[in-house]
Amino acid sequence: MKILTIEDLKSVRSASARRLALREQSDTMAGGQCCGTATGTARMQILICGGTGCKASSSQLIGGKIKEILSEKGIDDRVDVITTGCFGFCEKGPVVKIIPDNTFYTQVTPEDAADIVNDHIISGKRVERLLYVDPKTGQSVSDSKHMDFYRKQMRVALRNCGFIDPENIEEYIARDGYAALAESLMHRSPEDVIEAVKRSGLRGRGGGGFPTGVKWGFARKSVSDVKYVVCNADEGDPGAFMDRSIMEGDPHSIVEAMAICGYSIGSSKGLVYIRAEYPLAIHRLRTAISQAREYGLLGENILGSGFSFDIEIRYGAGAFVCGEETALIHSMEGKRGEPTMKPPFPAESGYLGKPTNVNNVETFANIPVILTKGPEWFASIGTEKSKGTKVFALAGKINNVGLIEVPMGTTLREVIYEIGGGIKGGRKFKAVQTGGPSGGCLTEKHLDIPIDFDNLLAEGSMMGSGGMIVMDEDDCMVSVARFYLDFTVEESCGKCTPCRIGNKRLLETLNRITDGKGSEEDLKTLSTLGKVIKDTALCGLGQTSPNPVLSTLNHFYDEYLEHVRDRRCRAKQCKALLTYMIDPSLCIGCHLCAKNCPADAIIGDVRKPHVINYDKCIRCGMCMARCRFKAISVS
Amino acid sequence: MPDFKLPCDVEAKVNEICDTHGNDPGELINILHEAQHLMGYLPEEMQRIIAGKLNIPVSKVYGVVTFYAFFTMTAKGKYPISVCMGTACYVRGGEKLLDEFRRVLGIDVGETTPDGKFSLDCLRCVGACGLAPVVMIGEKVYGRLQPVDVKRILDELD
Repeated sequence: MKILTIEDLKSVRSASARRLALREQSDTMAGGQCCGTATGTARMQILICGGTGCKASSSQLIGGKIKEILSEKGIDDRVDVITTGCFGFCEKGPVVKIIPDNTFYTQVTPEDAADIVNDHIISGKRVERLLYVDPKTGQSVSDSKHMDFYRKQMRVALRNCGFIDPENIEEYIARDGYAALAESLMHRSPEDVIEAVKRSGLRGRGGGGFPTGVKWGFARKSVSDVKYVVCNADEGDPGAFMDRSIMEGDPHSIVEAMAICGYSIGSSKGLVYIRAEYPLAIHRLRTAISQAREYGLLGENILGSGFSFDIEIRYGAGAFVCGEETALIHSMEGKRGEPTMKPPFPAESGYLGKPTNVNNVETFANIPVILTKGPEWFASIGTEKSKGTKVFALAGKINNVGLIEVPMGTTLREVIYEIGGGIKGGRKFKAVQTGGPSGGCLTEKHLDIPIDFDNLLAEGSMMGSGGMIVMDEDDCMVSVARFYLDFTVEESCGKCTPCRIGNKRLLETLNRITDGKGSEEDLKTLSTLGKVIKDTALCGLGQTSPNPVLSTLNHFYDEYLEHVRDRRCRAKQCKALLTYMIDPSLCIGCHLCAKNCPADAIIGDVRKPHVINYDKCIRCGMCMARCRFKAISVS
Repeated sequence: MPDFKLPCDVEAKVNEICDTHGNDPGELINILHEAQHLMGYLPEEMQRIIAGKLNIPVSKVYGVVTFYAFFTMTAKGKYPISVCMGTACYVRGGEKLLDEFRRVLGIDVGETTPDGKFSLDCLRCVGACGLAPVVMIGEKVYGRLQPVDVKRILDELD
């Protein structure tokens, strides 16, 4: 149906509200009793996570299987099966949630479908084995509200992820969707909208942290016949999946925010620059755009306001540097994604030489809710200079891998130990890396600093787009620095010398150190060269690329020193510095290690202790992994 | 320059793709995406045709193809293997997995086995960090792998 006026929007909203009401009620209900159709519950909904992580563990099959059984039982008209976006708790995926009693099932397999339908949906008995067990108390928890993982979270940008069906515009409208756009078009001037965004204190979530309202103001001031709104969905940080999850779980919030931005800056053309590696996000976004067109929320004369706006999708092709806005613009023009000097800023001369406003996905996702709930509400969350919440992709050596959203100012300790559930396998925490290849490592002593843009920067790391990788004592910090440098060297576009050649030299030096050929002189080189690159590189990529090296040098100097002075890697990660040994008193001569050694480096007769030939050993560790008698050790 | 001719129907399709995009050089990346879909890679001859249609130098097309990691000029294997090298997978042993694939298949990253069965690549983050370390073979995601699993998986596919 075409929505032509604000009244039309309201009637679509109230028509679809009932569907959502069940979910909204159960979300606020305290520890509800288990429901079932046989126990008199009229309607039920089964929400299944359709995010990338859960889909990889065949969540689609679960949905299909559940539907099949429901129709066999003849209750498919009373139970809706809905595929949602990411619930966030990826560690325990695939996740299935039952409404109205808000039961949260984890690690569900297609084989569990029958029990979910028969026991829970029909008889109203929870399937105990699929409930989350709190590792601290050993008790099972059925409602996600009572899980440590969710307790401290506050979902603003992710408000609809894992709640609505992302491919259904009416569910989005029922959640106040497109209300901010309608309100802006009908009752606010563009300046007024920009002023509200400024007052909210929202800063760019892509990494730079530039105030969004100010950016919009610049684009508004530029005079031109054509202006562009660009959504940067080229999430290139390895190990970060915030933007993808928002696009997969709540694509309409991006469409709406881009239209609001277009209205504010005086543009009628939006472009989403998205990674081609995100097929599901592309599909959901395409669906959202065509639904919005069909409903008249994109296109000519939206809601009869005289304002027209439409969105096109442009594909990225896997280049990290394209996260930089000038590089992104060149890539959209069909060129190599090389950055250019600023000024001129894109707000004056961007895509095809026209004024262009570039914002990141998460930034846009915050816009509609800022306008509906008010900038003051948003500004009341967070710290003095960083307002609102931030989404992080929490991963690495942590118990609860997942997508989380916390108010700015939450400490790393709360994130890692409460939400994240601590370090995997009870190992000792060593560092947390934020900001991806542009960020740095923070240590034990930083655990209590409140997370915000400025604090992280002051400690030599950065907010970045929101990747947060936790490392334990088994991670070698020199190798981690080398890993990131390897990435930046590969991703450097080669335009400016400091980045092209400087980073290459940094990487070679790090390789020397991890190969056991480094010297103390190398450590000095790393530090001086790193600083020179930071000061002289052309764009954001080069200016931040030495951060992983400099921050690890700063916080883990001892470890670097051990590598170059004692030729020792305490985390036992640097192969060249390792020696594998067979303890003759434990080896029973089963020959299993020798059979599995890819280099034929283990010799010995059956039933007699074996020995390693170090001329041949490639230090792959296969022998140690295979030995059943713990006879092989590494030092 | 190798003397390689594209099959006629592929050539026709490449021409068609360029036409649907109005032979606009600004559409080059979108055109390359679609063209790569035809054969799984972008052979030189295909780039030459595109350059001709868009009326730009081949060097320009080649420059774009080699700039972006998504575009490739080598044919992929029947089972394209991509080892995730995102940070989450790296700290959970992604590099060791990659080494094992290299060793078992006897090829390096970016190469295809001589029988055309397997090709090996890295990718940056599948978004399934909860399953780290992760390997994608074709469309299927394999999670929580150890180097010792590699041989078994390859044998299963064989």
